[in-house]
Amino acid sequence: MRKGEITKVSGPLVVAKGMTGSKMYDVVRVSDERLVGEIVGLAGDLASIQVYEDTSGIGPGEAVYMTDEPLFVELGPGLIESIFDGIQRPLDIIKENTGDYITRGIEVPALERDKKWHFKPTVKPGTEVSPGDILGEVQETTLVLHKILVPPGVQGKIKDIKQGDFLVTDVICSLEHDKEKHDLTMMHRWPVRIPRAYKERLAPSLTLSTGQRVIDTFFPIAKGGTACCPGPFGSGKTVIQHQLAKWADAEIIVYIGCGERGNEMTDVLLEFPELKDPRSGEPLMKRTVLIANTSNMPVAAREASVYTGITIAEYFRDMGYSVAVMADSTSRWAEAMREISGRLEEMPGEEGYPAYLAARVSSFYERAGRVKTVGRPEREGALSVVGAVSPPGGDLSDPVVQATLRVVKVFWSLEDKLAYQRHFPAISWLNSYSLYIDDIAEDVNKMTAKDFTDLSSEAMKLLEQEAELQEIVRLIGVDALSPEDRLILEGARSIREDFLHQNAFHEIDTYASLKKQYKMLSVCMFNYNKAREALKRGVAFDDIVKMDIRDKIARMRYLEESKLDTIDAIKDELTAEFDGMIKGETKQRETEKETTGHGDNEKGKGDRK
Amino acid sequence: MIKEYSSISNVAGPLLLVEGVDGAKYEELVEIYTGTGDKKRGRVLEVDKDRALVQIFEGSTGIDVQNCRVRFLGKTLSIGVSDDMLGRVFDGLGRPKDAGPAIIPEALLDVNGAPINPTARDYPNEFIQTGISSVDGINTLVRGQKLPVFSGSGLPHNKVAAQIVRQAKVLGKEEEFAVVFGAMGITFEEANFFIQDFTKSGALERVVLFLNLADDPAIERISTPRVAFTVAEYLAFTKGLHILVVLSDMTNYAEALREISAARKEIPGRRGYPGYLYTDLASVYERSGRIKGKKGSITLIPILSMPEDDKTHPIPDLTGYITEGQIILSRGLYRRKVSPPVDVQQSLSRLKDKGIGKGKTREDHADLFNQLIACYARGKEAAELAVILGEAALTDMDKIYLKFSQEYEGRYISQGEYEDRTIEQTLDLGWELLRMVPRGEMKRVRDEYLKKYYDAKTPEKAGVTG
Repeated sequence: MRKGEITKVSGPLVVAKGMTGSKMYDVVRVSDERLVGEIVGLAGDLASIQVYEDTSGIGPGEAVYMTDEPLFVELGPGLIESIFDGIQRPLDIIKENTGDYITRGIEVPALERDKKWHFKPTVKPGTEVSPGDILGEVQETTLVLHKILVPPGVQGKIKDIKQGDFLVTDVICSLEHDKEKHDLTMMHRWPVRIPRAYKERLAPSLTLSTGQRVIDTFFPIAKGGTACCPGPFGSGKTVIQHQLAKWADAEIIVYIGCGERGNEMTDVLLEFPELKDPRSGEPLMKRTVLIANTSNMPVAAREASVYTGITIAEYFRDMGYSVAVMADSTSRWAEAMREISGRLEEMPGEEGYPAYLAARVSSFYERAGRVKTVGRPEREGALSVVGAVSPPGGDLSDPVVQATLRVVKVFWSLEDKLAYQRHFPAISWLNSYSLYIDDIAEDVNKMTAKDFTDLSSEAMKLLEQEAELQEIVRLIGVDALSPEDRLILEGARSIREDFLHQNAFHEIDTYASLKKQYKMLSVCMFNYNKAREALKRGVAFDDIVKMDIRDKIARMRYLEESKLDTIDAIKDELTAEFDGMIKGETKQRETEKETTGHGDNEKGKGDRK
Repeated sequence: MIKEYSSISNVAGPLLLVEGVDGAKYEELVEIYTGTGDKKRGRVLEVDKDRALVQIFEGSTGIDVQNCRVRFLGKTLSIGVSDDMLGRVFDGLGRPKDAGPAIIPEALLDVNGAPINPTARDYPNEFIQTGISSVDGINTLVRGQKLPVFSGSGLPHNKVAAQIVRQAKVLGKEEEFAVVFGAMGITFEEANFFIQDFTKSGALERVVLFLNLADDPAIERISTPRVAFTVAEYLAFTKGLHILVVLSDMTNYAEALREISAARKEIPGRRGYPGYLYTDLASVYERSGRIKGKKGSITLIPILSMPEDDKTHPIPDLTGYITEGQIILSRGLYRRKVSPPVDVQQSLSRLKDKGIGKGKTREDHADLFNQLIACYARGKEAAELAVILGEAALTDMDKIYLKFSQEYEGRYISQGEYEDRTIEQTLDLGWELLRMVPRGEMKRVRDEYLKKYYDAKTPEKAGVTG
């Protein structure tokens, strides 16, 4: 093995001489401790290396071993339910080998080598296959049918294909091409920094439901879409990421804990095996891959962790699955870039971040998308990416936030003001946006009801009106408003408290299907429209606010998915109560012999059904 | 093989450049002998060919280019640990500072430690009763958590920390606990306050003190929390003790880090702090927690003063991103003679949900907490409105809430320095205050708990008593 010699060590950056012949982003092994590093700069025979492990005790004169390969991930059965570090070393195996602390120079294969998987071929000998074609299947977990693909760059006629229990390194199929024989195993490798190929990009037109009302109803994300949630600390970024990882309607979840708290990863590890997928009833862990590079783990590996995660996600996308990647937090990834860049003495851009920050951020998010995959049979896969951003002080002018907002299509603005009021999820309904609303309207409406999108924009209008009215209230007090305006405040309050507010820690409220969301929102709006009508017919504002049924509306969220019909019943009760109030009012006025005059014939828009 | 050099070419601030060095290692420990025979210690920050950049812990006073000799020790900074360290006082680098004998080490440990494998961690979920209502009731501390106190100059953060140390206990268990206290750049008076307090409560023999005071070398501070954590890890995970680590004041620590960074002419991040401040703080804070199968635990309470009470200043900001919540002290409350002045709205304990409830505190805790916060928020809104429009303009309901929020501050948040409230007392006090507000407003509490706790006691004392 060729080797160079270290000349400089500065934190995670090592410079070595005698490195002629190595390429950018080649992996090297530093010193006899064999620390993993990656070449990030070349000058003459000098190579700058970012090292993925702690470099204390390393000094000039020590050897650097070249591998002449870029940073790879191993792709094959055994990924699901695993927890890897930033460069795909399995943390549970590391724990068995070296104890509670992560030491240096550990070499463990990413996929377990001595576990047998049952492989069932789906093609017959004699078939011509090319990259991406499905050779067979492995039932990896109860939720995931792992499809074994012909690896990129390999083609030919199948000479032999086996069925049975194999290790990931066993030959399961041999191909012949131009008289050359290729042996294929269930596992192959792919460099993390190169996006995996697809046949064709498709427009996002399907919704990725998340079970979170404020997201699905107002700021939805499409399958294959990108979203970001920036917010100051304590605004609930991680809770939202966890909620999406739990309830998003994707077949595979890749959760990247990038430079965040160790206890959060522990939380996921303990909780996910317990939680049941609302669709299949199986534990959520059975569709999840975890990448954990916590804040105290080496900084350079943090830089690699997002690439490791998204490459694994692309691999499952290529099988034809809908995959969702959660990256928490991309700011830490950017900070890792900044640290390496600073050590390389590169000229900084904004806030010390490297000038290529925006380019890296956008090329990362661009790896998302809904695609027609390479290979036969024809299939569609989707890769959605949700990145958390942790801007200093919650300041959205932060370069990482700005670079992210330029590429992502959905922006969930987390605000600490809402968090202090204990309004969770603390997603601001005024500042957030989703550019997918029109693209996926058809899909959403098909799943719920024709008027779902109309209903949601009607509700949003009410929330906007509330914000305007609040300005006035702040200046001159609520008494100065007309009853109609006060009713708008009431309607908006009901949407906020009874609909948007969602308790992630309540066993039922934590997830709401699109159907439930539709029914809940339609009750809120129905109530508002009925109230408006009643107000016009002369019912006093105070009587409307005092109605007992409001308690039932507030408790809709706690109804189980199987009892959604009870929500519809609330509407009937509402109609009855309002009619009663109107009747009472009219009678009273008739006895007082006053003419009612106006308002009888007008009706609110939403109450005609 | 220990090598000695006298080839210092450059001294700048706390940094020293040694030339012609053979085989220096990154993070290696060095000893510097000045012309007058003084010994100082330092560590290698960077090696480039035969040049080593050394950071001197004790500052560069007395160092010259001609006569100084630098000895490379071939090892990284480590500390000898032993449970004899309990009850002793050390300097910021872990050398005995009191009159006691030298420590006979049971193990020699690298102060930088190693990251805990996330799969080895156990989730913190054991409730710690601190006896302070605003912490126990609202921002519950659990064992293995890192919960900083964000304070400002002139606020009683030391008293709060001392009270927590004095009163903290896990209910129903008599377990061995100890405190590791790391002082970074605080004054003698502040350090003395803690020592006196530990002495008075008889806790001193359960405390390991690392003191780097305001007049001690600033650069030494960078090692102080690491030394403290190394001892804490040993006591917790080898000796099975429950350790409470108190670090004060992290702001001084970060400033020492900035000093080094500036001397190295690194590209500064926000407010001149280095770009790696987050990573550096994390490498300290993340050493706390619990480990599966280990008896002990490390709970961390770092104290930091926010310059100008600004929560978005890099130090509190980055700390908040790493720790599991924060206790924020409010100047406004303190002015109103509310003490401890815990700003319950901005404070947060992220781990409380797993540490409260049936079997841990009491079944009604979560609902009660939500209701109290909601009512208090409403009361604060009413108070703001009253400032603008006058109290007369408030609705009757707003007036009730206003009254509630005042009582809440005066009786619930406020408590004596030596008042140790049990969790039952804290919860019952919460209900007592809630009874000032009509039952119909209790929207966040389950009906069964309302029946059991809100209705249970006849509301004689509730209402308008002060």
